[in-house]
Amino acid sequence: MAVAAAIALAPRLRVAPRDPAAETEALLGVAGWAAQFTPGVALEFPDGVLLEVSGSLKLFGGLESLLGRLRRGLDEMGWSSVLAGAPTSRAAFWFALVGKQEFIGESAELEPVLAELSVEVLRCNDETLAAFEAIGVRTLGELRTLPREGVARRFGQGPLAELDRALGRLPDPRNFFVLPARFGAAIELPAEVTQAEALLFAARRLIVQLAGFLAARSGGVQRFVFRLRHRDKAATEIAIGLVAPSRDAGHFTLLLRERLSNFTLAEPVREISLRADDVVPLAGHNLGFALEQGKPPGQWEHLVERLRSRLGTGAVYGLSSHAEHRPERAIAITEPGSRQLHPDFGERPFWLLERPKPLAEVGAAPHYEGPLELLAGPERIESGWWDGGDVARDYFVARTQSESLVWVYREWRGEGGWYLHGVFA
Amino acid sequence: MASMPFSFAALLDRPDIWRGQDLSRAGAPTVPSGFPGLDAELPGGGWPAGALTEILPAHQGIGELRLLGPALAGLSQRGMRLVWIAPPHLPYAPALAAAGIELANLVIVRTASSKETLWATEQALASNACGAVLAWPRGAKYAELRRLQIAAEGGRAPAFLFRVPEAAGESSPSPLRIALGTSGGGLAVRVVKRRGAPLSRLILLPAMPPAVRGKNHHVDRHPAAAAAARDFSARLVHA
Repeated sequence: MAVAAAIALAPRLRVAPRDPAAETEALLGVAGWAAQFTPGVALEFPDGVLLEVSGSLKLFGGLESLLGRLRRGLDEMGWSSVLAGAPTSRAAFWFALVGKQEFIGESAELEPVLAELSVEVLRCNDETLAAFEAIGVRTLGELRTLPREGVARRFGQGPLAELDRALGRLPDPRNFFVLPARFGAAIELPAEVTQAEALLFAARRLIVQLAGFLAARSGGVQRFVFRLRHRDKAATEIAIGLVAPSRDAGHFTLLLRERLSNFTLAEPVREISLRADDVVPLAGHNLGFALEQGKPPGQWEHLVERLRSRLGTGAVYGLSSHAEHRPERAIAITEPGSRQLHPDFGERPFWLLERPKPLAEVGAAPHYEGPLELLAGPERIESGWWDGGDVARDYFVARTQSESLVWVYREWRGEGGWYLHGVFA
Repeated sequence: MASMPFSFAALLDRPDIWRGQDLSRAGAPTVPSGFPGLDAELPGGGWPAGALTEILPAHQGIGELRLLGPALAGLSQRGMRLVWIAPPHLPYAPALAAAGIELANLVIVRTASSKETLWATEQALASNACGAVLAWPRGAKYAELRRLQIAAEGGRAPAFLFRVPEAAGESSPSPLRIALGTSGGGLAVRVVKRRGAPLSRLILLPAMPPAVRGKNHHVDRHPAAAAAARDFSARLVHA
């Protein structure tokens, strides 16, 4: 149909030029995603992906279950698809091409079904198609009833060889698709997006594609980067780091959602792309033999990542203790889960005040919400003359009037005086 | 049909018969508190897993963390993660290690607002990836606590919320609420609410840190220190 005719029928039609490069890119993306189901993936340009699945059926729980996964995944990536299966890749592709969701397992059943297909599936040039029509050949079945020599003389070996390949009478070798080392995919948005959260929808498609790619590579990523391209301004990058490698699409989506929830876009976004460079090996999960009760245990790395994606990386941390006498220097902030030594100290409070609080002194006794009762001490801590942070303090465990236990010290340096430094919660 | 030998005691032993004066014996998992006197009064014999426990100390520093110390130490030594959300001060690593808490399994979460505290707590509970969740929310409404309780349900983590003592007067969806006071240098535990019959008496626990028994450490001893120590011991009050 001509563009003018189409616009006459549907005045609000938006016409977009066909972009062969983008089509190839998309096909490669689908192939990369589909490689998680079988190592035998081949491309049928410009719109077909062939999967050799006979070896995968058992692993994925049968044909229906595998088809369900394929449909769901393609749908999540935003593709409409026609799935078909046959003993030969050529026949399966032809079924898909004419929109026949046909699944044929036996070679013997193939011939009658193929016979009904239009000769257009041969993808001959228009001249050949016109010639077929002129001699009254509309289906592959009608083509096969003609004498082979005559057809070969008139149309060349091409159409007959194709038909023989579809029937499995000629070999049909394919070059299998080889997964790239890195992942990269992009989606040009149909309209400019102004809200960060609205990007999630497009991003989700890329994430599903990434997860499939990673499953095919038996790998995971620890970092992936979204790049938002604007009309004028420089692209915005959103890098998401993980505590441990993962390929969980649901988890990736949650992390991105948290990140986008407090994100303002500099400018409307025209294109979103996802890149993951370092793919590290990641083993699959073994299911337990016995069914476990209650909620399945979650992965704590995922929790840390979720908290960090909203609160910031520095807001989630672990603690370690050092062999250092000055109390405020005996601790350090670490990455959660770091292994460490435990030096032995005297009695220390559970809470340390970030900054010691000066206490009033009444009649040489420290006051904090009333007079303090000194229960234990002093513990002399005098250290640090070598780094300029030297202290000379006598620490006491003291009890307040409300029977809280606190850690106080008397400073011997400088102005002296009493300070509250901790609480024995 | 001949009359069956009938035992009233056997009938009462059935787990599906609930008796008013009994504690709930439902099979909900618990984590022993490490204090036998307290465990005896807690339904299931310990801190409830997959449920909120509110701790309402009369004052900060009377022993609210010492109360949880044995349970937290046990969990962390078994490799379970402890997540502390919005603690009021810096948790002091040497003291935690001395209490037996495995620091490698401790995760501290700092938040900027009360909303973030509740969000982080909900995430931690819903993830079911933690051995215990401790949170210090600054004020929480009934509906917010309800969300947390739902997030905790079915999980394996006990969830401890530290709240102000005044909260004892508000209604709450938490199945266990503990008010803490002091008595004779020990910890006086009042069970405000538990599953099963209410408890009117106080539970007294010995939860004083060993320092109070007078352990002194002298480090880099200064010549003046001994004299100073003598000076101060005169003013020490013996507990």
